Amino acid sequence: MITQLYCENYTFFLFFLGVLGIFLNQKSIIIVIMSLEIMFLSVSFNFIYFSIYLDNIIGQLFALAILTVAASESSIGLAILVVYYRIRNTITIELMSLTKG
Amino acid sequence: MYLLIVALPLVGTLATGLGGRWIGRKGANVFSTSCVIICCFLSLVAFFEVGLCGVPCYLSISPWISSGALKISWGFLFDSLTTTMLVVITFISSLVHLYSIQYMEYDPHCPRFMSFLEIFTFFMIILVTADNFVQMFLGWEGVGLASYLLINFWYTRLCANQAAIKALIVNRVGDFGLSLGIFSIFYLFGSVDYELVFSSASMYTDYTIHFLGLTIHYLTLIGFFLLIGAIGKSAQLGLHTWLPDAMEGPTPVSALIHAATMVTAGVFLIVRCSPLINLSPNILFLITIIGSSTAFFASLVGLFQNDIKRVIAYSTCSQLGYMTFVCGLSYYNVGMFHLVNHAFFKALLFLSAGSVIHALSNEQDMRRMGSLLNNLPITYAAMLIGSLSLAGFPFLTGFYSKDLIIELTQISYYSNLQISYGIFACWLANIAVFFTSFYTFRLIFLTFIKNSNSYRKHIENIHESPLLILIPLILLGFFSIFVGFLTKDLFVGVGTHFWSAAINVLPMSYNLLEVEFMSYSIKWLPFMLSTLGAFLAYTINIGIFKKNTKFAYTYIFRKLSFLLSKKVYWDKLYNSLIISPLMNFGYIISFKNIDRGFIELLGPYGISRVIKNWSIKIIKIQTGQITHYTFFIVTGLCFLLLLAPAWVFLELFLDIRLLTFCFLALFVV
Repeated sequence: MITQLYCENYTFFLFFLGVLGIFLNQKSIIIVIMSLEIMFLSVSFNFIYFSIYLDNIIGQLFALAILTVAASESSIGLAILVVYYRIRNTITIELMSLTKG
Repeated sequence: MYLLIVALPLVGTLATGLGGRWIGRKGANVFSTSCVIICCFLSLVAFFEVGLCGVPCYLSISPWISSGALKISWGFLFDSLTTTMLVVITFISSLVHLYSIQYMEYDPHCPRFMSFLEIFTFFMIILVTADNFVQMFLGWEGVGLASYLLINFWYTRLCANQAAIKALIVNRVGDFGLSLGIFSIFYLFGSVDYELVFSSASMYTDYTIHFLGLTIHYLTLIGFFLLIGAIGKSAQLGLHTWLPDAMEGPTPVSALIHAATMVTAGVFLIVRCSPLINLSPNILFLITIIGSSTAFFASLVGLFQNDIKRVIAYSTCSQLGYMTFVCGLSYYNVGMFHLVNHAFFKALLFLSAGSVIHALSNEQDMRRMGSLLNNLPITYAAMLIGSLSLAGFPFLTGFYSKDLIIELTQISYYSNLQISYGIFACWLANIAVFFTSFYTFRLIFLTFIKNSNSYRKHIENIHESPLLILIPLILLGFFSIFVGFLTKDLFVGVGTHFWSAAINVLPMSYNLLEVEFMSYSIKWLPFMLSTLGAFLAYTINIGIFKKNTKFAYTYIFRKLSFLLSKKVYWDKLYNSLIISPLMNFGYIISFKNIDRGFIELLGPYGISRVIKNWSIKIIKIQTGQITHYTFFIVTGLCFLLLLAPAWVFLELFLDIRLLTFCFLALFVV
């Protein structure tokens, strides 16, 4: 069984993993979106956990909202990705430096 | 009538200066000359009323500056000192006007010249008639300005420009001293009016101020500043370098400015401030030393000058030294007497030099003259009178004042009189008499008597000057003979009441009576010396030593005469020790290093460069790489989280409202 206190650590670890995924990944933008999904999941997991821990329904409502937002966001992100790929024929992050200052 | 004396030259200068185009050359000549001649007659009347009848006239016209305790009003004070100066100024000026009608006949800018002469006269009159120091300063500066305009009259010549700028700037050094003197007078007396300052001066004899740990006797300080002003204007040793260079102007200008009027303003200042200066013995001492050094130095330098005008300029300088040191011995009346006499014979000398230059087609070098005696008899006579008078030939004008001055120094040999520095003045003055006589007669011999050295073309064209040039010469000749004798008893006679309150002579050093009873051997000394000088000039130039070139080519004599003709390298020293370091300082340090360097670096240039550099660096942070952006997001978050506990302390120093305002302003802008 996962005890309640460990849950907090897991969610944080997941979130950190997502951040690192964005960080360390230099190759594919898809991995970035996946890391983002992981972060969303960790956050919604956290919300759910705390709603149970504090015995409050609001957290679960938020988790639902986050799920929908994450789904719509990933769909929009993938759409942008497809458009980008059509134009530039690549989705490598290293080469995405058109907005150089 | 008194106001008319002041106003007429102003009218003259405005009419000829502004309206010269309409009234034309002749109109300008006639109008300005008649203005100043009427002014001359009026000042003669004023001299009669004020000087001879003893009725000083004081006119208070209107308030000028009124600010707190400082109240300055336009006022004109005609006492015997002023009217004496007035007669000299207007007389010399009207003769110079008359003279320059002919002398500047072929000059295209005659109305301008007349206007400048007239404005000079006007400012000189303002200078002498003022009843307070500030109004006097107006005239003082105006005279400097007019001298600039006149020296620079032929403004296309580089020499004239340089000489005029030099005259103005060297004068300005003295003017600065004078203005400091006026400030310190106002600080002490709370007023700049002559009557108040001079009447209350004796109450402050023990007044001292403390400055930078020094205790300064205040009246000495004032006297020192006034002396600096007099040194600048009267071309005393130290600031004398402008006077010989100022010969670049036309000759009548030299006669007007550098002989009779402008340079006497410094002596006039000393005489006018006699109640102040008398109260500080140290300043009297300093005046004596400086004056006698000037008399000696200028006569020494004048020995081997080859420019006819420069010789006379140095003699002017030398005679001003005489006037000054006799003021330092507290015989202000004798100084004024010599000033008056000197004005007549020096104007005569300058104008006759002008006549010679005119006759020789503008040749100024004495080595290219000679044997003009037959061609220019009247000019020769005038020049001879002037020279004899300058050399102190008995019974001419110069004799009465100059011999008296030298006798006054000789009397300081009596040890119980306690004026030991008079001995210094005595030595230098006696040597200067010898030199003076030498160079004046050298001038006469080289110009008039020696065989001619000029070009045949010049000699063919030679002619005695026209009447308008000769009239002033003849008049001045008469005056140079008789003025000294006629006014001797008036100015320096025993118990004369002429100066009444205008001059304050120290009673304890008043030895005019003792002078009369000196031993004859001493009294004859100056005459002997001047005769010897004339004789020496004769032997060298046309006498037995003329052919003896062996002496003239000895090493020491050559070096010595070269040194003297180079003005003892005084100008060179000034240039290399003061002027070029100052110029270099102005360019390299204050302009290039401070103005364009340091301040620019701290100011616009430096700040813009720093902003540019930093903005380029900040721009470089935005690489376009998503990873870098996430890095900044995460580190920024971490930084803020780190800072969060420190907020408790930062709150004390930062106003959150101000920060909010700044943050909002970022978006608004």
